[in-house]
Amino acid sequence: MERLRERKFLGLLLLSWLPFLVRSVQLYIAANYPQTAALLAPTPSLFREFLDQQGIFVFFITLYVGSGLIANDRRANALQIYLSKPLTRVDYVIGKLATMLIFLTAVTWLPGLLLLLIQMMFAGNLTFLKANLFLFPAITVFSAVLVTTSAFSMLALSSLSKSRRFVAVMYAGLIFFTAAMYQALRGMTGSRAWAVISPGDMIDVFASVIFRNQATTSVPFPVAILVVALLIVASVVVLERRVRGVEVVT
Amino acid sequence: MTPVVQLERVTVRYGRQQALRDVTATFPPGAVGLLGPNGAGKSTLLRTLLGFVVPEQGQMRVLERDVKHAALAIRARIGYMPETDAHIPGMNAVSFVAYCGALCGLPPSDAMQRAHEVLYYVGLGEARYRNVETYSTGMKQRIKLAQALVHDPDLLFLDEPTNGMDPKGREEMLELIRDIAHNKGLSLILSSHLLPDVEYTCDYVVVMDKGSVATEGPIASLKGQGGRVFELRVKGDAAAFVSVMSAAGLECHETEEDVMRVFVPGDGQADGHDARRLFQLAAAHGMQVRHLRASVPTLEDVFARAVGER
Repeated sequence: MERLRERKFLGLLLLSWLPFLVRSVQLYIAANYPQTAALLAPTPSLFREFLDQQGIFVFFITLYVGSGLIANDRRANALQIYLSKPLTRVDYVIGKLATMLIFLTAVTWLPGLLLLLIQMMFAGNLTFLKANLFLFPAITVFSAVLVTTSAFSMLALSSLSKSRRFVAVMYAGLIFFTAAMYQALRGMTGSRAWAVISPGDMIDVFASVIFRNQATTSVPFPVAILVVALLIVASVVVLERRVRGVEVVT
Repeated sequence: MTPVVQLERVTVRYGRQQALRDVTATFPPGAVGLLGPNGAGKSTLLRTLLGFVVPEQGQMRVLERDVKHAALAIRARIGYMPETDAHIPGMNAVSFVAYCGALCGLPPSDAMQRAHEVLYYVGLGEARYRNVETYSTGMKQRIKLAQALVHDPDLLFLDEPTNGMDPKGREEMLELIRDIAHNKGLSLILSSHLLPDVEYTCDYVVVMDKGSVATEGPIASLKGQGGRVFELRVKGDAAAFVSVMSAAGLECHETEEDVMRVFVPGDGQADGHDARRLFQLAAAHGMQVRHLRASVPTLEDVFARAVGER
């Protein structure tokens, strides 16, 4: 939590709430100026688009907070200090995960739900909410998938190196390289099924199903669940092997 | 007295490499030295007791509890000072030590108070608000001791606590360890390859070599075990004479100077008997004895005998 004392990080957090501010103004105008309703009236897609936008901040906050979480401890040999106390490896990982989850939900789930509440307050009725009751669980589930996947994969990468910079590069590679690979393979084969290699696109499949939008890939929802689950399981396996009081090289 | 640590036939393997072989040892309360050359398995033994490494076989009890089933409860009562530099990054000394106390279950205010006390005790009182990353090697050793002491443990594991320290710092660290063991009443296990450190601070020693226990016992009785030690310098082919002495059942260890330390086993016969035996051997093989003096047995002799016998 000492990150909160860093101005750069505070600036990033504040910046990540800017889209919330803009959407709130949009909802206010839509509620108070009926002539703009055709253009600005809230739809379920608004919330999906909002969370998509927040994905950028999720990426930067994951990089900023997560890259050094375990890497720095490994550099300073802190693991043997932690694990010589009455603390299990699971406790340690949960602690690190909690740090990431707090910051990431603060820029996804929290503003998403607040936006829904603000819509209700500005509209002065529950009509929109009643018609789109699924938005509460949709925002919650989508935020949970986005945040959990980002946190687990970043923690796993962070446990692989002693340099937070290198971890940041690896994470950016994981996101951008896989997306670029998907686009390249799609261009060559014309198939959107290659999206399975890109975690970002798999989360997009999730979002489409949860928010009842048109899917942008041909990957079925169960496959997207499987890919995301595999990514999390792989991260857990890496963490299990790397988070130890003593590093054994055989 | 109930032992603080008991190991029974403990074997630890790193891949194909056997780090501990069938180790059976008992560590009584008080200051116990865990002595051995580099690679003997001392650090592995401590890490196994902490649960960092799972043994292939064997049983371990620390503070009367089974390590396999009560690792967390044991760790709450243990302080561990690792061999390598170790700290939680981005913290000053007092925050680091207080945080370690809180991890051990101390309420935050008590942990902070204890952190100040312990930092003064280890000699870092004036530097307690400095970031640990800016500390010198000696200061880092002290802070590791402080974090191990903060929760007032019943047992301390100190892994090479004087590593990288200058002579004055080393002396002060040894004084601290001696004070902890003899005046504060804490039990401790001091792992070191430095014989003088163990001899100065400990009353009991477990000597390890190549992953197993070479010998163990109170230092005083190990030093006084049947036989006498002589300092010997000869003129002639010293290497050949060492072989002759070994064949005659005498143990001979070279020192840094040209003086050898010769252990003559026996039950402590009359003063001149053992010396006369050495003179006779030298005369029989055409060697000149230039220096022969009865010496006081040291832990070095115990160590050399234990490791040399293997």
